[in-house]
Formats: sequence, C-alpha cells, structure tokens
Amino acid sequence: MKEVDARGLSCPEPLMLTAEALKKFKEPVKVLVTEPHQKMNVEKYARDHGRKVASSETEDGFAVMIE
Amino acid sequence: MNLSDSKKKLAIAGVVCGLVAACLAYFGNPANMAFCIACFIRDTAGALGMHQAEAVQYARPEIIGLVLGAFIISAATKEYRSTAGSSPMIRFILGMVIMIGSLVFLGCPLRMVIRMSAGDLNAWVALIGFVLGVGTGVFALKKGFSLGRAHITNKMSGAVLPALMLGVLILEAVTTLLKASEAGPGSMHAPLIMSLIGGLIFGAMAQKSRMCFAGGIRDVILMKNFDLLTVIGSLFVVMLIFNIATGRFVLGFNTPGIIAHSEHLWNILGMYAVGFAAVLAGGCPLRQLILAGQGSSDSAVTVLGMFAGAAACHNFGLAASGTAVNPETKELVAGAVPFYGKVALIICIAVCFLIAFTNKREKA
Repeated sequence: MKEVDARGLSCPEPLMLTAEALKKFKEPVKVLVTEPHQKMNVEKYARDHGRKVASSETEDGFAVMIE
Repeated sequence: MNLSDSKKKLAIAGVVCGLVAACLAYFGNPANMAFCIACFIRDTAGALGMHQAEAVQYARPEIIGLVLGAFIISAATKEYRSTAGSSPMIRFILGMVIMIGSLVFLGCPLRMVIRMSAGDLNAWVALIGFVLGVGTGVFALKKGFSLGRAHITNKMSGAVLPALMLGVLILEAVTTLLKASEAGPGSMHAPLIMSLIGGLIFGAMAQKSRMCFAGGIRDVILMKNFDLLTVIGSLFVVMLIFNIATGRFVLGFNTPGIIAHSEHLWNILGMYAVGFAAVLAGGCPLRQLILAGQGSSDSAVTVLGMFAGAAACHNFGLAASGTAVNPETKELVAGAVPFYGKVALIICIAVCFLIAFTNKREKA
C-alpha cells in the first residue's frame, strides 16, 4: 500500500499530495494528516473521485485509507 | 457539527456571518467596514500603543471574539490541536506583507467583499489583483512550494494567543489602560458586548465552515472546487441586501466617507500581495485568526506579524488615506497611497516571490 505522509503540512498541500497519489496509483493509498479538517477534505476528495474511504485516529492525527 | 460537508451548510454559515457583519455595521461599526480583519487588527495594535495614529485606536472585541470563538468551538468539538514549527518567522513576514498590502488597499479580503457589496467599484478593481495574487501562490504550490511540517507541541502553546486575547478583553472592559480613539474610524463601533458576541459567533462559524477568502479562490483555480467560494458568495449576498435595504449601496469610485481610494494600480497591487502571501501562509487574515484559535502557534505568529505590519504602516506612513470631504472647504479630497507605502508594497511583493520559490517541499 502506498503511503502519503501529509502530517503537519498546511492547506492545500495534503489535498494536492492525495490528488497526485490517486492519479498515479490505482492501488489503495493511506494518507496521514494532523488536522480534522484535512481529514475531511481528503475523505471528500477521494469520495468525489469514486474511491472508498475509511479513517481512523492515530497518535498524532488521522489515517485515511483510500481503496 | 460539521458545516463544511455540503454547499448548503456552507451557504448557511456565510449567511450567519453576513448577518453578524450587517448587525455590527448597523449598530455602529464604520460604514462599509463592518467586519474587517486588517482594519480591526490595526485598531487593536493602536489601542495597545504599537502605533500612535489617534484615529485608529480601539481594541476591537471582534478580533478577540474570533480567536476565542474558534478556540472554544474547536476545544468543544475535539478539533483543538496545539501545533508549531512550520517556518514561523517566514510566516511572521507573510503576516506583515498581508497587513501592508491590506492597508495600501484599505481592507482585508473580507472587507474587499463587504466593500464590493456596498457598490465600491475600487474593491471590484482590487479583486483582479487578489485573484492574480492567489493565482501566483497556486503556481508556486504547483512548483512544490511548502513551509514545511508543523508538529504537535505542548498543549499550552496553542492556547497562548487566545489567553492573550482574553487579557486584552479584560484590560478593555475593566481598566482605562488601552487607548481609544475619540474621533475617526476607531471611535465608531458597536457596543462592546455586541461586538464580542458577534466575533464569537463569526469565529465559531468560520472554524466549522473553514471559511477562507484566499482558499475560496485558490480551490477554484487548483481543484475546480467551489465549496469555500459558496460561503463567501452567501456572505456577499446578505451584505448586498443589507446595503441596498438601508440605503448604504452607493455605486461609484470616488465615494467620500467610506474609507477607500481610487488609485487603481495600487488597489490591484495591494490585494495582489495579500492574495499571494495568504496562499503561501495557508489562509487569509480571517483564517489565520481562526487557525491560531484552534491551536496553531504558526498562525499565531502570522497574526503577530500582522500586528507588527499594522504598527509599521502607521509609524512609517505606509497606509493609504481614504477619499473624504474637507469639512471647511467642502471639497472632495481624493485618498492616496503615500510614496513609502508604494515602496514598501513593491518590496513586499518581491519578498513573496523570494519566499515562494526558495521554500520547497521535501521529497517523499
């Protein structure tokens, strides 16, 4: 599984990195973010692009699993 | 509670914020300023004695309310995160640039929209600069611009700015230590409690809706995403209705008494710098206050940069003057951008380019 580490990055970098990864890889992608609004943005972006999403809390933020 | 997951909710957040701004304008805030982050930080900097421009000194409870509103709602909804460490001093400089650009134009992006809704064509001209500035910032982002990662830090760090704001509020409410204008825009304000409640509501709504004036245009250019623009659009509509209904809508360039000038090039360049710097800093002046409220020390440093920028603008005569009527001769005196304001603004834009193309994202 590909991992995008966007922890601590300012908007819109987490979304840009996610978009880049989804374009590049058809396989599942795990995106790590720090802020709740970034988690929501990444989830929404993935859903809008027809991907399935599941998120969980981590020690320092969130992991968004995109299938 | 999440206000950012549908356009309808985002529009409602914009309407509520528009109503807050309209109410505050109705109850005493300066004409078509209503709720301006740059002007209000400038006034607060004056109240704290950071500059000596007597007409613009008042600790605006709206600014305090915005930070505290974002702090309270983020703590209550578990969105508070104390973070720091993403190039804080570069953000300080970006805060100064945002303020200098805003005070050359005479307003932050929020006031630009409010001025647009009041028929001030100068604000429509400035919008061109703002969009171009945001576009330049987006270009830098696409080229790999980043200020690096923030990290989770001691919980207290993120609460320092909200605590300082609370301190200013207490000083204002129970002492006479702070300066307060007796004439000019600083003397025009809604009652303290009303401004504070307005700020708290606006801050909470902005935190939940992720309202950002630079982000709204940035997302359209970058992602063809109109979500954040919905909030701004609905705020504009509410203010437009309010201005027309109360006879405050005056279409034109040289309208006296609205604290604006018609030096088109400098209006465009002023908002160009604001749009550019705001994208680099990750949000407009309003968003910086909200992020600072929800625990970002990096945004708190940007806010401090805005205070320093406001002080520089009035200590060194960089801020523009608004078109006004001479009370004795009754002649129209056109507002203007002073020479040093123009020089400072050009330096600010050059600094933005330097920051934008020398700070690259680390390779994954």
